[in-house]
Amino acid sequence: MTSVGTPVPRVDGLLKATGTARYTADIPFEDLTHAVLLQATIARGRIASIDASAAEAAPGVLLVLTHLNAPRLPRMRAFAKGGSAQQTVPALQDDRVRFAGETVAFVVAESQEQARYAAMLISVEYDEEPPAVGLHGDAYPPAKVNGQPPDYRRGDAERALADAAVTVERTYRTPVHHHNPIEPPVTIASWDDDGGLTVHEAAQGGVHMMRLGFAEALGIPRRKAGSIRVVSKFLGGGFGGKGFMWPRNILPAVAARLLGRPVKLELTRAQMYTSGGYRSETVQRLRLGADRDGRLGSIVHESTSTGSDMGEFPEPCAQITQMLYACPNVTGTHRLVRQNVGVPTFTRAPGEGPGSFALESALDELAGELSLDPLELRLRNYAETDPEHDRPWSSKGLRECYSEGAERFGWSARNPEPGSMRDGRWLVGYGMATAAYSSHTWPTFARVRIRADGTAVVRCATTDIGTGTYTVMAQVAADALGVRPGDVTFEAGDTRYPFAFPPVSSSGARSIGPAVRAAALAVRTRVARLAVKDRESPLFGADAATVRAIGGGRLARADDPERYDTFVDVLERAGLGHVEERKGYGVMPFLHSTASGIAPWPVGPLLRVATRPFAGRYSTYDFGAQFVEVRVDPDLGVVRVSRVVGVYDIGRVLNPRTARNQAVGGITWGIGMALMERTTTHPRLGKYTSPNLSGYLLPTNADVPDIDVHFLDRPDPLVNPLGVKGVGELPVVGVAAAIANAVHHATGKRVRSLPIGPAELLG
Amino acid sequence: MRPFGYVRAESPEAAAALVAGDLSAAFVGGGTEILNWLKDGLADPALLVDVGRLGLDAVEVSDGGLRLGSGARMSDVARDRHVRAEFPVLARALEAGASPQLRNMATLGGNLLQRTRCAYFREPSFPCNKRVPGTGCPARDGDHAMHAILGASDACVAVHPSDLAVALLALDARVEVLGVHGRREVAIEDFYPHAGDDPRRETALRHGELVVGIGVPSGPRARTSGYLKVRERGSFAFALVSVAAAVEVVEGVVRSARIALGGVAHRPWRVRAAEDALLGRPLADGSVADAAEAAVRDADPLPGNRYKVAIARGAVRRVLEEIGERG
Ligand SMILES: Cc1cc2nc3c(=O)[nH]c(=O)nc-3n(C[C@H](O)[C@H](O)[C@H](O)COP(=O)(O)OP(=O)(O)OC[C@H]3O[C@@H](n4cnc5c(N)ncnc54)[C@H](O)[C@@H]3O)c2cc1C
Repeated sequence: MTSVGTPVPRVDGLLKATGTARYTADIPFEDLTHAVLLQATIARGRIASIDASAAEAAPGVLLVLTHLNAPRLPRMRAFAKGGSAQQTVPALQDDRVRFAGETVAFVVAESQEQARYAAMLISVEYDEEPPAVGLHGDAYPPAKVNGQPPDYRRGDAERALADAAVTVERTYRTPVHHHNPIEPPVTIASWDDDGGLTVHEAAQGGVHMMRLGFAEALGIPRRKAGSIRVVSKFLGGGFGGKGFMWPRNILPAVAARLLGRPVKLELTRAQMYTSGGYRSETVQRLRLGADRDGRLGSIVHESTSTGSDMGEFPEPCAQITQMLYACPNVTGTHRLVRQNVGVPTFTRAPGEGPGSFALESALDELAGELSLDPLELRLRNYAETDPEHDRPWSSKGLRECYSEGAERFGWSARNPEPGSMRDGRWLVGYGMATAAYSSHTWPTFARVRIRADGTAVVRCATTDIGTGTYTVMAQVAADALGVRPGDVTFEAGDTRYPFAFPPVSSSGARSIGPAVRAAALAVRTRVARLAVKDRESPLFGADAATVRAIGGGRLARADDPERYDTFVDVLERAGLGHVEERKGYGVMPFLHSTASGIAPWPVGPLLRVATRPFAGRYSTYDFGAQFVEVRVDPDLGVVRVSRVVGVYDIGRVLNPRTARNQAVGGITWGIGMALMERTTTHPRLGKYTSPNLSGYLLPTNADVPDIDVHFLDRPDPLVNPLGVKGVGELPVVGVAAAIANAVHHATGKRVRSLPIGPAELLG
Repeated sequence: MRPFGYVRAESPEAAAALVAGDLSAAFVGGGTEILNWLKDGLADPALLVDVGRLGLDAVEVSDGGLRLGSGARMSDVARDRHVRAEFPVLARALEAGASPQLRNMATLGGNLLQRTRCAYFREPSFPCNKRVPGTGCPARDGDHAMHAILGASDACVAVHPSDLAVALLALDARVEVLGVHGRREVAIEDFYPHAGDDPRRETALRHGELVVGIGVPSGPRARTSGYLKVRERGSFAFALVSVAAAVEVVEGVVRSARIALGGVAHRPWRVRAAEDALLGRPLADGSVADAAEAAVRDADPLPGNRYKVAIARGAVRRVLEEIGERG
């Protein structure tokens, strides 16, 4: 009777469906004040003058911060260098404007309406300078790309290219993407009389990481970081846009300290486009060389994305190319071009998302050159071991993903000739692509408490960003304890709970799950030890290590399941209100012994420790295959995705319902990326054209067909004791390429620049 | 958003008088448009006069045709059985607009008076000749994929966003207007002026004139009408191009036709040359192809929106074919 693997409904489903889940913006506060941002309307230049006197005199206004009066704030340590920020330059420190949307004033009033009105009364005059826009300028290498050097080389790709029988050389482009979660970011900061700070955040950035960020920003020594509490219970989506410390997180705490009252800042939709990062546009040059049988001899993948004076986040596009296929000669490079825009950041499927569009499109073009089936081309280059690190995979079910997907989809019915398949007016196209994602394990702690009534509470300072962590972790703990999932409550999103990293890079289940399991097993063993020493227990005298959980909160002798005791009885006889254990997972020994809930170390080095492939003996990736059918109306240039089959190897499936939810959501992201999502920037003025949901189109229900999701559901015994890999990002990867490939198959037209719409097909 | 006053008018006359007497007053119907202007800083009326509860929401049927109250909601009109059967172009255009939630709130009057969705117009920190004459038009050297291919002026290349107005143009509708000096009727064709020197002028209404209703004649073409909207996603997006057509076929040949395009110009755009191409001929491949070609003959696209010409051509053809198939 195990719960893991069964489709347990979300424990917070009813709360969310009935509107009773309390999101950050819903939390009532006494004496609350409201803040708004005023943002720069030019992309580059200086503030010649700023006059806030009318705003300060407006009704209800409590505080107006500009660069003229704001407290001095430190430069933040960059995430890539062990800190918690992508934008390292703090707001309101000088008269420079570095991008349109940079904060130039912060207004606090008794009501949000008053603050908003007052912000309109501030007059700002700028000395404008021509901004750098687009990826046209000089390219330079970033310091690091995901902790790795910007250039990767194996073999001699240029030479192999020159020798190749068949080559494909193409350039692919992807536009700026914004995360656009439904819930706008919110920060509520309040200081207590003892100098303690509590921040309620809509935070994907991990409450512990944000605590360190607040300490740094506010000049609180690390050893006193315990006086900062960060709370984040429910999140209306994050996708990377609510990670890290941005000025919008810091300013409410600064203002609250000055005012001695709690300050709340909730961004407008338009401000979300400039206040929490974005996915950079990319230009990717792909060169493939192969023999006549389609065996890859060379791949060169050169990616350029946006650089900024305020911080550095190269979109790691070429990294997937380094590991995906068995190819002896591979070069991957990353370059940046400085622009007057904010700092880019992680966006769901960072790197692999846009990178796979380029790589998997180029492979489709190569298949065309060779007159080879695109799936067959992938099979001929199947990597049995990790070619990048030259070591085995912990598990790789990709071959089965291909065959299962092809079978479900009916790939064999594909007529290879582009433009040959029709349904009435519609041209029909089939396309496919490979998916892979490097999900991570981060150090995580969990505490499990068994209470006198036999129920359990699990605490861990992760956040459920909407993915189902509350549900799935209750299942994991329930199985380890031998109780029903309904008897377990999982509590998260509070720095008072044991340390966890931000739930980023598909790390949640695989990092938190093993920690929860370890802590649950430990506390169960504690109870067993109490029982075997208790003369009144049926377990008296047994070996605690062999006592088994037989369900219903019962522990039985290994040799005789009829002789059992219960959590309730053991605790009652021992006179204990509860029993509790805390365990860590993925944790270096030194951290294990000392972590008290506050990480005294900078975040970055820990991340590097955690990202280093475990024990260096295996490589772990999530794998999958995407198959897509599109219909194209050749007269109107309209593309509709009519079928999608996604088959994934994510290790063990903890809960088919929540896992499917991630897959359908991820594929929907891929559809958006392929067909409509794009932020455009005015080429002369350097400002976003349509920072809103009527200009930035997301898929509606009418754009998303029924999606067939299948998981191999094969535990990976090497990756962790639960056998789980990651599912959050994998299903995005490859979808855009599969759609572009299907559009080519339908029409004979190759579109190398996303998104693909009527303008691209008819223009 | 600035503080503003709000009153609920007692009668259409009172509403017109209230607004006419105050240059900074404006009507509000469903509020789905004007509230956005307030929030985005596009307008700052000192007084909103609510005309949503004046009983102007009737859908009346007579021998001569339809009379739609200006306060009728888009969803109610789209749902009306008579409208669906006798004026298919109207029902379809309404259903193709916005989202169910918006259609439940939005009034027909407000729909006719919505303003362009040009991104530069909508964001006050951009220069824009329509908002502030003489400041320039960033659409010309910026992203203008959504902009006009027909009838644009040097000053402005924005397009009108309404689907309803395009359908009404194909139906020869008339707008009934009430002002302090009495009532008048304006043909829909004259309701939206041609591009002049001043792109701020968007309708024939004078300040304080209230739209009270829309008259739609049944005529010989209404029943054989159709609407097609081409957009970047499956629903809930403004038109790249839309086509409203109504065709009268007698004894196998077209006796009269109306063809109007949306999403291509600063006003709903009637293409008489396309109508003429059909006259006296069967509604069949040859005449339909000629009409489609004629519809875009005067097109003058920008570098980034040439594709719209192809869509317009394809969409005219498609709508006429569908009307032909339905018979
Ligand atoms: C996200 C979004 C998507 C949309 N998509 C579409 C679309 O695809 N197609 C489409 O056609 N429309 C679309 N719309 C526009 C929508 O149809 C309009 O917002 C709506 O019709 C306006 O009606 P309302 O009653 O809410 O007008 P209000 O917001 O109340 O008023 C709008 C204007 O009309 C004036 N006004 C209102 N009533 C009268 C009257 N009786 N007489 C004189 N003036 C009056 C007001 O003063 C104001 O200037 C969309 C809107 C949104 C917000």
